[in-house]
Parts: sequence; structure tokens; C-alpha cells
Amino acid sequence: MSIEVRHVTKKFGTFTAVQDVSLQIPTGELVALLGPSGSGKTTLLRIIAGLEVPDSGSILFDGEDATSRSVRERKVGFVFQHYALFRNMTVFENIAFGLRVRPRKRRPTSHEIRDRVDRLLQLVQLEWLADRYPSQLSGGQRQRIALARALAVEPKVLLLDEPFGALDARVRQELRRWLRRLHDNLHITGVFVTHDQEEALEVADQVVVTNHGQIIQVGTPEEVYHRPASPFVYNFLGKVNLFHARVEGGKVYVGGIQMPLPEDAHPDATTAKVYVRPHHFDLHHQPEGKGHFRARVLHINPAGPQVKVELETEWGEAVHAEIPDERYRQLKLEKGDEVYVTLKDEKVFIDASEKPDSNPT
Amino acid sequence: MAISLKRRNILPGFGLTMGFTLLYMSLIVLIPLSTIFLKSSEMTWAQFCHVVTAPRVLASYKLSFGASLVAALINILFGSLVAWVLVRYSFPCKQIIDGLVDLPFALPTAVGGIALTTVYASTGWIGRLLEPWGIKAAFSPLGIVIALTFIGLPFVVRTVQPVLQDFDREIEEASATLGANRLQTFIRVILPGVLPSILTGFTLAFARAVGEYGSVVFISGNMPLRTEIAPFLIMTKLDQFDYTGATAIAAVMLVVSFVLLLAINMLQWWSGRQKAAD
Repeated sequence: MSIEVRHVTKKFGTFTAVQDVSLQIPTGELVALLGPSGSGKTTLLRIIAGLEVPDSGSILFDGEDATSRSVRERKVGFVFQHYALFRNMTVFENIAFGLRVRPRKRRPTSHEIRDRVDRLLQLVQLEWLADRYPSQLSGGQRQRIALARALAVEPKVLLLDEPFGALDARVRQELRRWLRRLHDNLHITGVFVTHDQEEALEVADQVVVTNHGQIIQVGTPEEVYHRPASPFVYNFLGKVNLFHARVEGGKVYVGGIQMPLPEDAHPDATTAKVYVRPHHFDLHHQPEGKGHFRARVLHINPAGPQVKVELETEWGEAVHAEIPDERYRQLKLEKGDEVYVTLKDEKVFIDASEKPDSNPT
Repeated sequence: MAISLKRRNILPGFGLTMGFTLLYMSLIVLIPLSTIFLKSSEMTWAQFCHVVTAPRVLASYKLSFGASLVAALINILFGSLVAWVLVRYSFPCKQIIDGLVDLPFALPTAVGGIALTTVYASTGWIGRLLEPWGIKAAFSPLGIVIALTFIGLPFVVRTVQPVLQDFDREIEEASATLGANRLQTFIRVILPGVLPSILTGFTLAFARAVGEYGSVVFISGNMPLRTEIAPFLIMTKLDQFDYTGATAIAAVMLVVSFVLLLAINMLQWWSGRQKAAD
């Protein structure tokens, strides 16, 4: 089932959680709503589910207006961040719940219910837990049961609100891959909310980056990572260093490094923001003949495949660089060394507010 | 009390606290109550049976326990409703309504009784409205039920309220996304969660109602065989210096109450064991 969100706005008192958001989610895709907390992503998900009513705008399922349909009628599977399992029921009864509450004529026989629940327990690989109560399960197990419960009613859409948010890192990793495989097998439209960019980039077909109740960018993980639409997206999708660069004669300068002005930039711009990921720095003991700036090594953390180096630039700014372990050994880098820094890649953004012709506010 | 003696606790002191508990319960509850049995044992068994099976006494037992049961059941329903409204919705003057709930606790019961009688008597504000329907509120068993409902209300509200407060909204939402209608959500999801607290509230309201005297004597009219409650009968006997007769009636009440409360506690313990897994 495809989902379309049309000009949806939702306010809570004076706080605008979702502001005029439009979004298309094609059938069978797994989409991540990614944003910092308070960016309206959960509210948007709840509006799609029918748990929240938008102030204006509409939700379409397969092209049909579903805005006025109640939660029950929407037939979406919803997985809550804190699982929301029924404490007074066993795992089996939790999963069977959606089938047992059906009107008598659509209700499967108890034999069919047993079959279906057993299949779902197999799917989430927790067959042996059928008779336990939710309080006897670990967080990861609970979340998988919550997922099985949501799938029991055979929804056409699966909505997940920070499904792995409350779990520890290792379990999260595991469940992430598992969710991806599950989605590939079931082929239902899925939307999940997350504030973890790694999770979004790893699991989703499409990533929707939100901030302040608006959608900033929609694209495949590759698109949003390599072609961010704004400094915010670039910033949010990974660690960055920010340089306030000067613009002269159509070129952008960071120390002695020269780079071209972005094509869409205003020709009269005088300052630019240059974002550099930590692993896009290279360090040298000697000048390399290309653009560089000088810096002093303040601290080195060599634990891990990437060695983290803290630098202070010649103009006194702090820079976090990451270089591969081999490179670190090759350089024999030590604390206090003076190094020449070059860039392998960077993103230049001209702030709209810093265009000289923009109206001062 | 299911405390295993061998279990190591972060806070030790089982012996001390248990000893204090026993001493305290003895001084406050057991010893005073045992005098009732002591006093009534001054009678012979035949005398005892004669006193406690007199038609007037039997009628008063029936009325006391019956009216208390009805009042506690009414309180379960409406007390839970009040708790629900106070927890779920916000409205102007919510604090005032919340405070009103405790009033039957604080008020001298006689004041409550007089006020209720004034309102529900055939000339009172509400009694006047009931009169044309042939309903006599004051000076009838109905009046007793009203008084007992009045004094039992806070028990149910105050036991159910915190449990509802802790109830996770997401669980209801989960139920709705799975296709349950409101009634199914209420019966299958919410009720099992609050039932133990409702049962506790029922026990307290019932126990309180069985022993209630002050508010009932005004509204009931105390007509022998019709609207005479057991505690009033005890008072009557005491006024006539029939101490052993009074304690005989009291002893029966005590035993019946204890058996009933024990049964309810067992029920609760059993329903708790159903979820012992928790």
C-alpha cells in the first residue's frame, strides 16, 4: 500500500510539531524518518497511523483519503518505542490479541489463531517464549514480540516508532539487520522513525530528513549522505568540522586551501561555511605542494581502526581528524607535532543569511 | 506475608520489624477485640444462640451486610468512574472535585448523616423529587445504602486513581491499532490492570460500611426488623446495660467480617499469583 502525506500541519498549543509536510511513500518501500528529537518525526508517524489528528492536510492510502478513518479502520501495524505489550497476557496472547478482537464472522478459529501465532513466533525466532509474560523477556525479545503482534493482523503498512531506541548498541545492530531481512521477505510498506543516522542509512530504502517540523531532504541513503541538501543534513548525518571560510575572487579559502565556490552561490558572497568530515583530512610532516594549513597535534586516541587526532589550527580553531591506523603508523605521529593538513573532500555551503543582498533583520 | 526468612535483603531487620508488627497488632487490634469474645463467653452457648438468632438481630445482620455490599458495589462502579475522569481529563475546578472526594473521610459521620437525611427526606431537595415516583429514600433501606455509599466513596477513588495514573497510554493505542474497539480495549486491556486496585477499594469500602454507625442512624430511622443496622442494635443493648448481649452480636459481626475480608484477600492473592510471573 502506498502512503501519501499532503500538506499536513499539526500544532500542540503554540508548538508546531509538523508544518505543511508533504511526502510520498511508494508501495513496498522501507522509509526512515530521520531527525533530531522535537523535529516532528514521531508526530508525523502517529498522524499516518491515525493516533493523532492533523490540524490540516490529508493522508492518502493507495490514493484514497484516509484522514477521517479511525486507528482501527486504517489497519496499520504500529510498533511502539517502549513495546507497549499487554502485561497481563502471555506472549502468545499478546500476538493473538489482534485476531481475537475481530468481529465474530471474521475471527479465525482458535486452531487457525494457534497456527498463525506459531508462525509469527517462528518468524521472530522466539518460539520457546510463547507462555512467558512480557516482564520475563529482555528488551530485544519484547520488541520482536511487539513486531510479531503488529504483523499478526496482516497490516498493509508497518509503522515503527524508534523501534530500537531503548535497546543497547549490540542488540540494536542485530535487530536492524533482522528488520531489513524481514522487510525484504514480507514486502510491506514500512516507515520507521529514528534519530540514529547510522540506523537510517543502513536499513532504509529512502531517508526522509526532518527538522523543526519540516522535511529537509528526501533521498536514498547514498543521496542524502553524499549530496546533502543543506548544512543541517550534512551535519546530522555524521561528524563534521565547520570552518568559517572567506570568499575572494570566486574562490573559497580555508587557510592556504583553495576551493571553488558552489555553483548556486551568490557571486557577491563574502563568507562561506566549509564542512569537513573527520576522515576527509590527511596529515603530512612536509608540505605536499597543494593547498594546506598548518596545525599542532593536541591529542591522539589510537584505539580503533581509525585513529582520532585532535588538532589546533594555526588560527587557533579545534579540528577533529580521523586517519587510518596504517597512516598513523607511517607518520609516527606524536603529541605536539606540527603537521600540514590537506583535504580529501569537503562541502561548501553559502549561508542564505550571509548573502550581502539579503535584508538585514 | 510471603517473606522467606533466608532471603538476604538490602535492608535487614526482619526480626525487629516483625516483632514490632506483632506487638503493635496485639496492642491495637488483637487484645481489644479478644475481650469481645471473653465477655460473650460469660453466656452459655444456648444463651448466645438465643441472642444472636433473635429475628430482630438476624434482620439487622442481613441489612448491615447486604446494604454494605450493595454500597460497595455501587462505589466500585462510580468510584472507578470518578477516578477515571480525574485521571484522564483536565477540566476547570478539577482540584476542587478531587478534594471533594476526600470529604466523607474528614466529615464527622453524624454531620454527613444529618445532611443526607435533610436532602433525602420526603421534604428535602432530592427526596421531594423521588416521592412522586413512590421512592422513599430516607428512613428506608435505600437511605442506608445512600449513607454507606457516601462514606465508602473515597476508598475506591483513592485506590484506583494512582493505578490509572500509571497506566501507559501507549498500551491503549496498541490495542486500537490491533483493531480492538473501545469496549474490547477496556475489558481486555485496562480492566485486568486496575482490577486488583478495584478489589482493594471494594474491600475497604465494604469493611468501612459494615462498621458504620454515625451517618446511618439518622437516615435509617432505626425501625426494628426494617431499618435497624447491627451496630445500632449493639448500641441499644449497651444503653440497656446488656453488655453480654451487645458483645454476642459484636462477636458474630466480627467473625463474619473477618471471614469475608479474608476471602477477598485470598481472592486478591490468587489473582496476584496469576501474574506472579510479573
